[in-house]
Amino acid sequence: MLEVSNLTASYGGASILNGISLEVRNDQVVALLGRNGAGKSTTMKSIMGLVRQKSGSVKYDGVEVMGRESYLICRTGLGYVPEDRRVFTDLTVEENLEVGRRDARDDAPVWTIERLYELFPNLKERRRNLGKQLSGGEQQMLTIARTLMGNPKTILLDEPSEGIAPVIVEQMARVIAQLKSEGLSILLSEQNLHFARLVCDRACIIEKGQVRYDGTFADLDANPDISSQYLAV
Amino acid sequence: MSFYFAQLLTGLANASSLFLISCGLSIIFGVTRIVNFAHGSFYMIGAYVAYSTITTLDFGILGFWGGVIFASIVVGLVGLLVEVTILRRIYHAPELFQLVATFGLVLIIQDLTLAIWGPQDYLGPRAPGLDRAVRIFGEPIPEYDLALIVIGPLVLAAIWVLFHRTRWGVLVRAATQDREMIGALGVNQAWLFSAAFMLGAFLAGLGGALQVPRESVNLQMDLSVIGQAFVVVVIGGMGSVTGAFVAAVLISVLNAFAVLLFPQISLVLPFLVMAVVLIVRPYGLFGKPGSGHGPAAEPEQPMRLMSKGEAGLLAVFVALLALSPLFAANYTMVLLIDLLVATLFAVSLHFLMGVGGMVSFGHAAYFGLGAYAAALGVKFLGLGMIPAMILGPIAGGLGALLFGWFCVRLSGVYLAMLTLAAAQILWGVTFQWQEFTGGDDGILGVWPASWAKSNQAYFYVAFVLCLGGIWLLQRVAHSPFGYTLRGGRDSAIRAEAIGINLKRHQWMGFTLAGAVAGLAGVVFAFSKGSVFPDTLAISKSVDGLVMVLLGGIHSLAGPILGAGVFVLIEDWVTKLEFWRFIFGVIILVVVLAAPDGVAGGVSRLRGLFSRRTKDGEAAQ
Repeated sequence: MLEVSNLTASYGGASILNGISLEVRNDQVVALLGRNGAGKSTTMKSIMGLVRQKSGSVKYDGVEVMGRESYLICRTGLGYVPEDRRVFTDLTVEENLEVGRRDARDDAPVWTIERLYELFPNLKERRRNLGKQLSGGEQQMLTIARTLMGNPKTILLDEPSEGIAPVIVEQMARVIAQLKSEGLSILLSEQNLHFARLVCDRACIIEKGQVRYDGTFADLDANPDISSQYLAV
Repeated sequence: MSFYFAQLLTGLANASSLFLISCGLSIIFGVTRIVNFAHGSFYMIGAYVAYSTITTLDFGILGFWGGVIFASIVVGLVGLLVEVTILRRIYHAPELFQLVATFGLVLIIQDLTLAIWGPQDYLGPRAPGLDRAVRIFGEPIPEYDLALIVIGPLVLAAIWVLFHRTRWGVLVRAATQDREMIGALGVNQAWLFSAAFMLGAFLAGLGGALQVPRESVNLQMDLSVIGQAFVVVVIGGMGSVTGAFVAAVLISVLNAFAVLLFPQISLVLPFLVMAVVLIVRPYGLFGKPGSGHGPAAEPEQPMRLMSKGEAGLLAVFVALLALSPLFAANYTMVLLIDLLVATLFAVSLHFLMGVGGMVSFGHAAYFGLGAYAAALGVKFLGLGMIPAMILGPIAGGLGALLFGWFCVRLSGVYLAMLTLAAAQILWGVTFQWQEFTGGDDGILGVWPASWAKSNQAYFYVAFVLCLGGIWLLQRVAHSPFGYTLRGGRDSAIRAEAIGINLKRHQWMGFTLAGAVAGLAGVVFAFSKGSVFPDTLAISKSVDGLVMVLLGGIHSLAGPILGAGVFVLIEDWVTKLEFWRFIFGVIILVVVLAAPDGVAGGVSRLRGLFSRRTKDGEAAQ
């Protein structure tokens, strides 16, 4: 279980997170919703140890990981899929997957390259291609597959539907559903409420670096003013 | 025809040597983003260790190649030691810190080598079994050259296999592109960096060891090779091993033929090729702009005008300085003139770096241009002191105008490397062009006018010119032009988005900094009465960087303090034996312990002190 409490973070002089608290229980998919600049990506980067100026607590399975280097945080079973994909463009698809490869864990689903090719058939066709030769959707698949190669228990998935074709968004939704059924827990950041509702168990809405709502989608629908206040554009 | 073929083979053999020296530098930069000045020192250690091993264990062919491999491994281990103890701590520091730290290592290794092997040159043995020449189309070609022609591509192939067929290599290539991301994927960067650094050092050692049969082993090997290695890496694209190979072949083969037309071109040609390549491909033949990912840097604090108290303190200090000829001894006057020159030089470099955001590794070029312009004016035109002095800043400014045009097209490390190359071109010209510049013998007899002959009188000349130059740059830093430069430094994109032609402003700033450095150069030339090529050498540029670093880059007072501390330390340390070692250690301590410089250290102390007194008052 991932427990974040009172997380703050800043870039340079500007404070982005002002005390975020949320939790992702095992086998749950939690949507992290909010407008552009609300602090969704920074929340994920701070959990992963990629933002240096921060305070608060991040516990994973009861162990404090705050302040650890990001490679150690990853090795506790947390996988991170960045919003801007950060595919290694000069490496082939297969080499990208190799970078993510880590030993299997007892407590998490085990992925092999073959299993990932079943999940993302496009990647198999393009396994000898360089990262920069892929389309946006393929890069998005690659970045998820690369993180899965580390056999994580929980993944932080930053805006997987951003900037890709609608048909691939549907495929993403299926993939997320399958990951959930495999027993992965997921924190999914989204601007697209429709997409989030499709795949998530709970919603967590943040604005200006603070959590404004944390509960079910049913409760959220019962209070339309919440989504209009924090999500409507 | 056969003669040209022989020339080509010589070029290819040189290319192999050059590639071996450079590829490790490129790997190290690619992974760690550190511009490793000590790479030449690793090369030198490789040569010395190989020389000692081969001559001690006289086992023929086996002994020779065993010695070469042994030396490479020793250097690899030295590299590992350096990475773990020093560089690991400064990966997040700005380029300036890394460069100065590795230059500290250069100094330390120089003196350690001197202590172990002594000052004499060693002529290495020929490689057993490869010590003759074979005739190809009637021309004699040394067998060892042919061996090198084979070894270069073999090493390239080995590196290629390592990088493409092993997990380690794939991780290294991924790290070259996005270090942060591989960390988030669970890869321990520290281990990866250590291994990459060790490999780079190993290759430098190999390059040095293989050079033993070709040239003498001496204490100048390190800096003479580092300039060339930088050029190869920049032309090839920083981080690209294939690029390093292509660049090494390009330079060496061009050189092999160009020397037939212009025998003196060797020292300059690599830098000319580099300038041409960078105009066409700013990131080198196989290079790419670095990824924008990384931790966000702290924004610069706005520069404040001095408070009344500080201004008063400064006024008292200047007044004391102005009156010093009345009571100071002759030797102190010489030291004070040095201090003024160093301060002006440091302030001009700080203007470029701190205000303009352009890190220069070759600022001595403009200092030296000023000094040489004045000296040449005296020598060939018979100018007096004042007219010759006017030539200095003009020459420095014109030089900066020319090189700045290329440099401002790039940013970050690339810009820094190009400034270094510019300085090396000028150094090469002054060194080679014996008839005009006097070469190594320099230009003598650059004395002040008769009224300024005494140290006291010349001190006032230096006082007026240097303080005038400093005042000018401080004014400019606080003028709208200074705001523009600082805006561009903090965010180039935003500055351009509000309609500023940033490149042009940077170019102007570059030129101004060059002109003021030229002014420092003329004051220097007349104070010493002579000019030598070392006024434009790498070590002079690094002196300036150390001063800026000592003072701390974030304040306008920094370079003044830094120059003061530098001159005093230099005056004290250079009297000692093994002063390079001591100086190198001081540099490392400053970089590791006081990353915000002496000025920052003072203000921290002051913060501590004022908190203490407040606590004390509160207690009462």
